[in-house]
Amino acid sequence: MNSDQAKTAYIFTAESLRKKFRFSEFFAEKLITSVAFLSIAVIILIFFFVFRESLPAFKGKPKATTENKVSAGNKPESYGSSEPATAEQKPETYSGEEKVTTEKKPETYTGAEPTAANKPETNGADKDTSVSADEVNPDASLRPSAKAENEGSLGSLFGSEWFPVSENPRYGMIPLFVGTFKVTLIAILFAAPIAILAALFSSSFASPWLREWIKPAIELLAGFPSVVIGFFALMVMATFFQNLFGYETRLNSFVGGIAMALAAIPIIFTITEDALTAIPATYKEASLALGASKWQTAVFVTLPAATPGIFAAVLLGVGRVFGETMIALMATGNAALSGLNPFESVRTLAATIGAEMAEVVFGDMHYGILFLIGSLLFVFNFSINAIAEFYIKGKLIKKIQGR
Amino acid sequence: MNKIMKEVKIVTKDLTLHYGQKMALNSINIQIPEKEVTAFIGPSGCGKSTFLRCLNRMNDLIPSVKITGEIRIDDLDIYQKKIDVVNLRKKIGMVFQKSNPFAKSIFENIAYGPRINGINDKKTLTEIVERSLKNAAIWGEVKDRLQDSALGLSGGQQQRLCIARTLAVEPEIILMDEPASALDPISTGKIEELIFELKKDYTIVIVTHNMQQAARVSDHTAFFYLGELIEHGRTRKIFTTPDKKQTEEYITGRFG
Repeated sequence: MNSDQAKTAYIFTAESLRKKFRFSEFFAEKLITSVAFLSIAVIILIFFFVFRESLPAFKGKPKATTENKVSAGNKPESYGSSEPATAEQKPETYSGEEKVTTEKKPETYTGAEPTAANKPETNGADKDTSVSADEVNPDASLRPSAKAENEGSLGSLFGSEWFPVSENPRYGMIPLFVGTFKVTLIAILFAAPIAILAALFSSSFASPWLREWIKPAIELLAGFPSVVIGFFALMVMATFFQNLFGYETRLNSFVGGIAMALAAIPIIFTITEDALTAIPATYKEASLALGASKWQTAVFVTLPAATPGIFAAVLLGVGRVFGETMIALMATGNAALSGLNPFESVRTLAATIGAEMAEVVFGDMHYGILFLIGSLLFVFNFSINAIAEFYIKGKLIKKIQGR
Repeated sequence: MNKIMKEVKIVTKDLTLHYGQKMALNSINIQIPEKEVTAFIGPSGCGKSTFLRCLNRMNDLIPSVKITGEIRIDDLDIYQKKIDVVNLRKKIGMVFQKSNPFAKSIFENIAYGPRINGINDKKTLTEIVERSLKNAAIWGEVKDRLQDSALGLSGGQQQRLCIARTLAVEPEIILMDEPASALDPISTGKIEELIFELKKDYTIVIVTHNMQQAARVSDHTAFFYLGELIEHGRTRKIFTTPDKKQTEEYITGRFG
């Protein structure tokens, strides 16, 4: 009887082999698929949100509050769009004594000069009225500002001045980009060799028990709050490096870069270490059997074989530094300068968002520009990764590992 | 063991090896002749690969290994403290079971050995590469693509490349750890022909699972079982009239 049953169970019949609907499997499969797609969709949606929020910058429309002013005053006063026409005439100076003497109307925050005291706009608007009063023809003053309505604000994006909150705001992003790339470069130049060598030591030379300690210890640093690193950089490293190198500005891209390297090292280390450990032992054995020393094996065999992994590690480090906000905010000095001197203060893209987002008016031009910066951060990080992944990596691997 | 041999190259005396507490080799005494092929046969886990790796001190890499006894090559004890392992391994090449070319170009794979020995002259390197590849009977197949990645070669080609790589550092002894076990019969045949050619210049020790292979390529055969050397002698004798019953049973396929 028993054997009969066993027999029937294995007989090939349409009955025994009919397709069964397994609900739990079906459900789990669909759940996982939808979660995966959802997460991708969320990331894309976030990007679209950020980009949409940056649209006011392109419209160049004055914000609602200034529109009220416009209606109150007789001049087409606007917060961000009409001014750039006057930008050449009145460069923003915070310490501009000479400018005060040379220029007729330097920008001041005290608003002392308005002679027409009856003007309803007090918030920086008076200067513009006086500018247009300078001009002979009011039409002539309107024309450039009307032109600037379209392109002035956006045109200033490629300028070298970032003065978003003056009466004459300029949103030149060049210094921000220069600052960001400068800091990123310094941080990676500092972090990558250290992290890679540390990983090489850990994977190839450290005794097993030492490795068991080193790796978790450094990985722990990856979770270190960046505000603490920033604080350390601000209080300790800045002074230390200033005493060491004797430069002028205490907080600058060098200090910020080093501090960000501290944040990037654990990431680069961990992934490089994994990549190096993943190299098959047979490679090392082959090298050692040829009479290579441990060093030669590590440097000439293990390291080149792990190139793709190390490349990915450095890229992740770049991504981390590129988007790092708190350390940049605390340690780079936050002055939007576009010089190439590493001992100059800089302002990074991320730090700009971090510093200014809390103070902008919703829907304002400045608000839009900050979101534009956010989109650009995303786009740049994405394209750096893409270029590196699809172009440089292939070339590098070909060079090191043969065609 | 008074056998008629050529010059004896390697002699071991009471070689015993422990992995931690476990004994893997139990007092091995063997003499390996110069410029001949010696094959180690035996079932898996019998210690033949372990023994092979003792000969170029690759077991040093495993921390738990403890070795007693001595191995003498040209009457020099290679386990004495003064021996520089790196230089020792330059004289004893090794080919592994799984072909393991470096993730470099074919040229760089061969040039690696000479390079770490301080040869950087491009012309000399080119000569060495060509000679090694020719000696390993692979030159014709790869001469047009020396700059391609070695990982693009077939399994058999990779293994011959590894042999060429070993030859490039001009060793005296070549250890082969099941060099053909992952290859098809044609590639295996090529490797065996190669071994036959190489024994004119090199002392070759080969570990193999394949008894036919041992019978085909070797001059001497050693049978290992459970960490002990059961029998060692001329291949023809081992395969026709073995002294020990265990050897006969293994060779005739009754166990193993």
